[in-house]
Amino acid sequence: MSKLRDPFMDNVRKIENIAKAVKFEGNMAKIDARELNHKELNDLIRLCVEKGAEKIILKNVCGQRYIGTRLFFPDKKVEIEIFGTPGNDLGMFMNGHKIVVHGNAQDGVGNTMNEGEIIVEGRAGDVVAMSMRGGRVFIRDDVGYRTAIHMKEYKDKVPVLVVGGTSQDFLGEYMAGGIVVLLGLNRGKHLANYIGTGMHGGRIYVRGKLEKYQLGKEVGIVEMEEEDYKKLESLVKDFLIYFKGKGLDEKLDVDEILGEKITKLIPVSKRPYGRIYTY
Amino acid sequence: MINNVSKLRVTDGRVNKDIQSCAIFGVMDRSGRRFGGKMIIEAMKNMKVRGNGLGGGFAVYGIYPEYKDCYAIHVMFEKEEVKQKVDGFLNKYFDVVDDEEIPTKEDVNLDPPMFWRYFVKPQKKGKDKILSDDDYVVDKVMKINTGIDYAYVFSSGKDMGVFKGVGFPEEIAELFMLEELYKGYIWTAHSRFPTNTPGWWGGAHPFCILDWTVVHNGEISSYGTNRRFLEMYGYYCTLFTDTEVIAYAVDLLMRKQKLPIEVVAKIFAPPMWDQIDRMEEKKKKFYTTLRMVYAPLLINGPFTIIIAHHGEMIGLTDRIRLRPITAGEKGDLLFVSSEEAAIRAVCKPDKVWTPKGGEPVIGRLKKR
Repeated sequence: MSKLRDPFMDNVRKIENIAKAVKFEGNMAKIDARELNHKELNDLIRLCVEKGAEKIILKNVCGQRYIGTRLFFPDKKVEIEIFGTPGNDLGMFMNGHKIVVHGNAQDGVGNTMNEGEIIVEGRAGDVVAMSMRGGRVFIRDDVGYRTAIHMKEYKDKVPVLVVGGTSQDFLGEYMAGGIVVLLGLNRGKHLANYIGTGMHGGRIYVRGKLEKYQLGKEVGIVEMEEEDYKKLESLVKDFLIYFKGKGLDEKLDVDEILGEKITKLIPVSKRPYGRIYTY
Repeated sequence: MINNVSKLRVTDGRVNKDIQSCAIFGVMDRSGRRFGGKMIIEAMKNMKVRGNGLGGGFAVYGIYPEYKDCYAIHVMFEKEEVKQKVDGFLNKYFDVVDDEEIPTKEDVNLDPPMFWRYFVKPQKKGKDKILSDDDYVVDKVMKINTGIDYAYVFSSGKDMGVFKGVGFPEEIAELFMLEELYKGYIWTAHSRFPTNTPGWWGGAHPFCILDWTVVHNGEISSYGTNRRFLEMYGYYCTLFTDTEVIAYAVDLLMRKQKLPIEVVAKIFAPPMWDQIDRMEEKKKKFYTTLRMVYAPLLINGPFTIIIAHHGEMIGLTDRIRLRPITAGEKGDLLFVSSEEAAIRAVCKPDKVWTPKGGEPVIGRLKKR
């Protein structure tokens, strides 16, 4: 048995053999993902967009990866609604579409995403918004390790991540740009350590109690300014629109959320490790 | 000393350093109810892309109630004529209560070695009489694995068994007919994507000594240090895979030194020094002592492991969680998995959560 097998590509069925999983209703398409593997599901999603679907509803998703990837259409933006648990790298490299997950997501949500929006009505795993370069990600509950690792921005492309709960360690590690908001709803204290280790761009807003030792050596705390509050107000408003009636405490409002102490973190240097390397 | 793996190894160079990840899954019924393998096989199928077919395996607890008091020794033979030697060895040192070929399906195209199981009771003689039964069995397992070429003991506990090999987990399950033949109250499984060491039948997970088993996703950069430390206690690593050290370390710390998993977790994945600095005096002293005494058993590098033995199943990651873990619960069932979807593929959990790095998820048999 020395023959190498490829679990991604072996046994992938031709699109005509799986097309029965798709049902069109006007400009909406429904896909039953139950028996589909990663590539088959993404092949079908692409087919739906090519055939003019504007909204695609995925049922019975269970671990299929890369949903929303391979959908580069410069002038088509679709909405993908997911029932079930999407697999790793949801919305990876995504360019302009919108994904709503009615449930939890796994690792790598919004990996290197360029534009668009991902809304998760639940929690997400590790490396959420990894290397993200544009668009917005909203997670209702908690996220795992290394959230927003190496998120970046360029001119008007400023990625945004809003997390309703908290994050585990290494939030904003090596972050180079973008905005991360941790709302810390329904909890006393954030437990993450090494926040912003190696950070050299962007800003992180953390609502709720935070100790100095939880921060990496490369971040500093600065005063919140009017502009910060303005930005947060618009993001929290959207957060409430997305998740009210979707498992979020109905009594929450913008003023209450922003009335709590908020810590703004920015990098102390644009090149924190400049002196470590020699030239 | 060890020259008997050449044929069993898959030496295709292309798998070296390919960046991927293994899949691990464990399910325990904390009420002790025994159940079949369907659930874990389906869960592993759900995570198929985490492996590449170069290693799959299962550990099951509670499968040999009719031989409860015997050690169940599973042996793989690369050359059938070696079996004579092993038979002789076991008959010399044990009372072999029963033995048989481990049933396998003929038409599964995996090219397996020969598998045999022996149900044995120790027959201690002379100076071996001072050893406990468990220590005696460890000693004899090490003697077979280091001294008899082309034979490997890959399972040696009571009322439990490991089944593993080169293939996807569902193929290994089919080969050993796990779904049809066995029922247990703990099942753990592994799907392998070998990165640094060869994919071969003995190198598949779980790794086992007595009834301790380990499945592992990651790579252990402290392997050399860990291995040398364990050799001082009579454990010899023969399987060319880093995970083996964890199985022996667990046996040393939990069985021999009787440390609870809560402490062992802090030996494998200790708090950082700056965290220890912030602790109150008593804790500080404890963790400092732990780090100093057991420094050679700190496991460095990324890992998620599931450790099991009778009565307990434990999920643990390295302290900065460089490999994924999700835990889930449904009634008496406890799940530990590489991915949440694999749990949801086989049940509707009451609750799922992600433990912090270095914090163990512990399932214990409820007292009846």
